[in-house]
Amino acid sequence: MGITKQKAIELYSVMVKIRMFEEQVQDLYARGMIPGLAHLYIGEEAVAAGVCGALEREDYITSTHRGHGHVIAKGADVRYMMAELFGKTTGYCKGKGGSMHIADMAMGILGANGIAGGGLPIAVGAAFSAKYRNSGQIVACFFGDGSSNNGTFHESLNFASLHKLPVIFVCENNLYGISVSQRMHQPIQDIAIRATSYDMPGVVVDGNDAVAVYEASLKAVKRARAGEGPTLIECKTYRWRGHHEGDPNLGARYRDREEIEQWKKRCPIKRLEGRLLEERWLSRRKMEEIQKAIAQELDEAVSFAQQSPYPAPGDIFTDVYVAG
Amino acid sequence: MREITYAQAINEGLRQCMEKDDRVIVMGEDIGRYGGIFQVTAGLLDQFGPTRVIDTPISESAFVGAGVGAALTGLRPVVEVMFIDFTTVCMDMIVNQMAKMHYMFGGRGNVPMVLRTNIGAGRGAAAQHSQSFHAFFMHIPGLFVAAPSTPYDAKGLLIEAIENENPVIFVEHKKLYAEKGPVPEEYYRIPFGEAEIKRKGEDVTVVATHAMVGRALRAAEEASRDGIHVEVVDPRTLTPLDKETILESVMKTGRLVVADEGHRTCGVAAEISALVCEEAIEYLKAPVFRVCSPDTPVPFSPPLEQAYIPDEKDLLPAFKEIMKYA
Repeated sequence: MGITKQKAIELYSVMVKIRMFEEQVQDLYARGMIPGLAHLYIGEEAVAAGVCGALEREDYITSTHRGHGHVIAKGADVRYMMAELFGKTTGYCKGKGGSMHIADMAMGILGANGIAGGGLPIAVGAAFSAKYRNSGQIVACFFGDGSSNNGTFHESLNFASLHKLPVIFVCENNLYGISVSQRMHQPIQDIAIRATSYDMPGVVVDGNDAVAVYEASLKAVKRARAGEGPTLIECKTYRWRGHHEGDPNLGARYRDREEIEQWKKRCPIKRLEGRLLEERWLSRRKMEEIQKAIAQELDEAVSFAQQSPYPAPGDIFTDVYVAG
Repeated sequence: MREITYAQAINEGLRQCMEKDDRVIVMGEDIGRYGGIFQVTAGLLDQFGPTRVIDTPISESAFVGAGVGAALTGLRPVVEVMFIDFTTVCMDMIVNQMAKMHYMFGGRGNVPMVLRTNIGAGRGAAAQHSQSFHAFFMHIPGLFVAAPSTPYDAKGLLIEAIENENPVIFVEHKKLYAEKGPVPEEYYRIPFGEAEIKRKGEDVTVVATHAMVGRALRAAEEASRDGIHVEVVDPRTLTPLDKETILESVMKTGRLVVADEGHRTCGVAAEISALVCEEAIEYLKAPVFRVCSPDTPVPFSPPLEQAYIPDEKDLLPAFKEIMKYA
């Protein structure tokens, strides 16, 4: 079963939107317009696009500190995202959460999460709830190679498999937990083999190939919806930027320029562009149109964020508890 | 009114909530077939089946976090952590997830979840099964903390906790499980943030929590023979805290003893002492007295454990001592 033209174009558009959003954030951050921390997803776009491309609107995701790509792929509105990054009242979290905590229950986005490995048990609970309510929903749970060493990873895979819960564990193996390389943080190369311990399928895919990620996800989605339980998908990928903006990463300290350049040659967007051109599904001109439309949407998002008000100091006390 | 135990009252509250609302599920270690280590969930598996009464693996982070995820997506999970001591292995799920979601997401997403657990020494279980660090949770905004001292309060507060839209840490006391008291058969709720004056008195206010309430009542009875009239105030919930009732009582008596089984340092008693010092110091005729567990781990050997547990042996001298101030 191959990918359709329409789906391939959708994945492309999503990846471009993520890339351009992140480049915009990179620029705004460098100019001091965005406070706090920004963990950019550039280079890993195929994972979010491929996985979310296999989901329905009603399905859930849990995300990570590097979550912009996941929530864009799940359908978040970039205006509210940008406003949140600026710390404005019109943001997804009214300025209370920032980059690491974008959530939109209406879109099934159960929150980006600032704790490495924090989202796994929450995804399991949402999957339990979906199964209990017989809603047919599934959950895609994103986490990194670093989190696969956390107890929550093992506890969650065990629990989910035991109860055959409709969840897909998506490990974005970008080869580094902040500065510690995978070979320094675990004695295995393929995290997917850990699925064996929990009696579920474990799949390794090229995380820079959106179509491969999409196809592996579709299979996992089908299994989850059929009540057969979870799947672990390991997507091998790479982050082009530092751990966060401001990280002295670019070729010094924990990784070298050569490695970064090698991975940039495997750009997930260029790769899908090649496929789209080859299949004659999208012309260069159409691609430029897509990029132009996204650029405009992002410009509007930045204006929206800039023009929105900051919360008033008294807002510190709202939403600590649910009223009533 | 019929009398049942504290454990039976909680069991009945759970049962009635599960009968009323099929979004209510219970999860935890040994809560199904075994009926809970203290038999609090006995019989629920038979009545509601394994889809609603879930015996979990020993994976506190997974099942407490699953409670958060289930609550965010429409269920009302009641999760049992066998001893409060074990909450330390899933503190991220409690402090960074359960407590934070609503605020951190700007009011998007509610976590109507109850985490039941218990405190208390006195069962010879030593330092990792006997602690009373419920004050940890009082320190975390976003959590409500219930502290029932009687079977009646336990049932009414539990039903309120389950119906509440907020995450609740429901702190039981293991030495109270077998204690009996009158409990109505019907479904009733006790609102959070309403202290109860368990005994009236004019000379000394003792604000007491959990098992310290019964101990304070017994010590107060004894003190009354010496002409000391003690008022026993039970906050019933630590968050929200009924400051008004505490302050009114202190304004009347002018003397405050705070009795809580947590450690003395940075505990519930420290917080209530500070509250009274900030808001009613001009009414105080004497320094504030704290009757708490000492700042040591809970020891095992029976004479050591008995010395450790704050009770009548500590309360009565405190009442007598505080009366020495004019």
